Amino acid sequence: MIQLVARAEAWFENACLEAGRALLLLGETVSGLREVRRRFGEIVNQGFRATYGSLPVTVLTALFSGMILAFQTGLELQKYGQEATIGYVVAASMCREMGPVMTAIALAGLMGSSYAAELGTMKVSEEIDALEVMSISPVRFLVMPRVVSLVAASLGLTILVNVIGIIGGALVGLANFGVAFDTYFTNAQEILKFRDIWMGLLKAGCFGLSTAILGCTMGLSTTGGAAGVGRSTQKTVVISFVMVLVLDHLINFFVKAMGFLEANV
Amino acid sequence: MKPEPTVHGKPGESGIQPSLNLPATAPAPTGPAVELVDLHKAFGSKPVLRGLTLQLLRGETLCVIGGSGTGKSVTLKHIVGLLRPDRGTVRIDGTDIFQSDNGRLGEIRKKIGFLFQGAALLNSLNVFENVALPLREHERPSEEEIRRQVTEKLALVDLTDAAEKMPDEISGGMKKRVGLARAIIRNPEIILYDEPTAGLDPIMASTINALVLDLQKKLKVSSLVVTHDMSSVFRIADRIAMLLEGRVHKIGTKEEFRTSEDTKVQKFIYGDSEGPLRRDASR
Repeated sequence: MIQLVARAEAWFENACLEAGRALLLLGETVSGLREVRRRFGEIVNQGFRATYGSLPVTVLTALFSGMILAFQTGLELQKYGQEATIGYVVAASMCREMGPVMTAIALAGLMGSSYAAELGTMKVSEEIDALEVMSISPVRFLVMPRVVSLVAASLGLTILVNVIGIIGGALVGLANFGVAFDTYFTNAQEILKFRDIWMGLLKAGCFGLSTAILGCTMGLSTTGGAAGVGRSTQKTVVISFVMVLVLDHLINFFVKAMGFLEANV
Repeated sequence: MKPEPTVHGKPGESGIQPSLNLPATAPAPTGPAVELVDLHKAFGSKPVLRGLTLQLLRGETLCVIGGSGTGKSVTLKHIVGLLRPDRGTVRIDGTDIFQSDNGRLGEIRKKIGFLFQGAALLNSLNVFENVALPLREHERPSEEEIRRQVTEKLALVDLTDAAEKMPDEISGGMKKRVGLARAIIRNPEIILYDEPTAGLDPIMASTINALVLDLQKKLKVSSLVVTHDMSSVFRIADRIAMLLEGRVHKIGTKEEFRTSEDTKVQKFIYGDSEGPLRRDASR
């Protein structure tokens, strides 16, 4: 029992330490934003890498998410003769929840892990130390471009995922329930309000920020050679997934508390 | 009488003739370039430095020798502020680096070139960009001036042809030479070398040794070389410091080390695996 308590204490201490590191890194990254113009080339490179690298996965995920969502809700709505309203459900779900979350999960798996592995390898091969000795801030040189580009990529990909998900829903609506495109898209357009879009994009931005900061924090705190890089990568993916869901709930909670959601539904 | 330690090569023997075309820096007349005062450092419960006090004099090449785990690389990392001591301090040109803010620390680091054991080149940049990096980040001269300075330093380490290659396309010895070119690109006053000849063939080791000597003579830089390679030590050192159990066990000239009666010193120099040094290390 004592051992269990000691383990839990050590885990909690470690979690607090890593959260503290992540917050410090976030602060340093924000202060490094003044170099955005100077590092624009690297931001574009990283953004291209994040977007282009994630495109096939996110497009496929979005298409099938929209199709599954339309199929399952269509089955239920059909019982009440309301299958024509599939467009409402798919559009609202994609833009508010599924689009940002699906994109975030893909980016956490692809880019968060990649940042942790890259920076972790640089840490254990003394490249980070070399930058510091040359008085080059690793945060401004490596972290800030990755964070800015991942937030931007997350926003862009989420918009794309929303659109493709809605199109996927339209295909299933037509093929399985005979809902004409015209009806489907009119309903989708009717339900979607500007607030749905910005709420989804707010989530996408927060998820991108959290994934990038976590990946970079884990990478920069890597110790223990190749095994350490593996641990950092694994931790990044696991914590990023959990953070996406936690942040999603928190944003929903605050948005509802501020009265934005009621006005919409 | 112990045999003379083997010295690989003579200056210029490798065929590479380093020539420096750099502005000579006038050494400050007084005071040590680097001063380590009573440094203590432990990692967890394991003490590594236990009151290390050492001075690097201006214009000299000081070789720091000692067994694995005696704190040689840890000492170097304290000098550039990568590690903070538990107790004690480091002064560069009389300035306590641990009492300096980031801006001042940046100024101090500008005076220091550091050659890492594995060269620590950025794998995402080619050789040219690696060497140019400190210039691009700090001085930001014109592209033409960057090209001139980088080409000059690459010529110095005989790597002009490798400028466009990526770090994973070049050998370990070439990486070290690129690392050295990067370390001297801002014309530092102090150069720190972490195992500069480790893993190199004798000819390449001789080339690095020749470069260390050349930089010291022509630029009057102060060099601190951490190494196990006794042939390098006897070729390049003005003074030698031997670390044992996190302290300086003995410091003196090459001649003083050669003629030392201290059995621990003799055993380390001549690589004898039996005797007191081995017992100390295992303890």
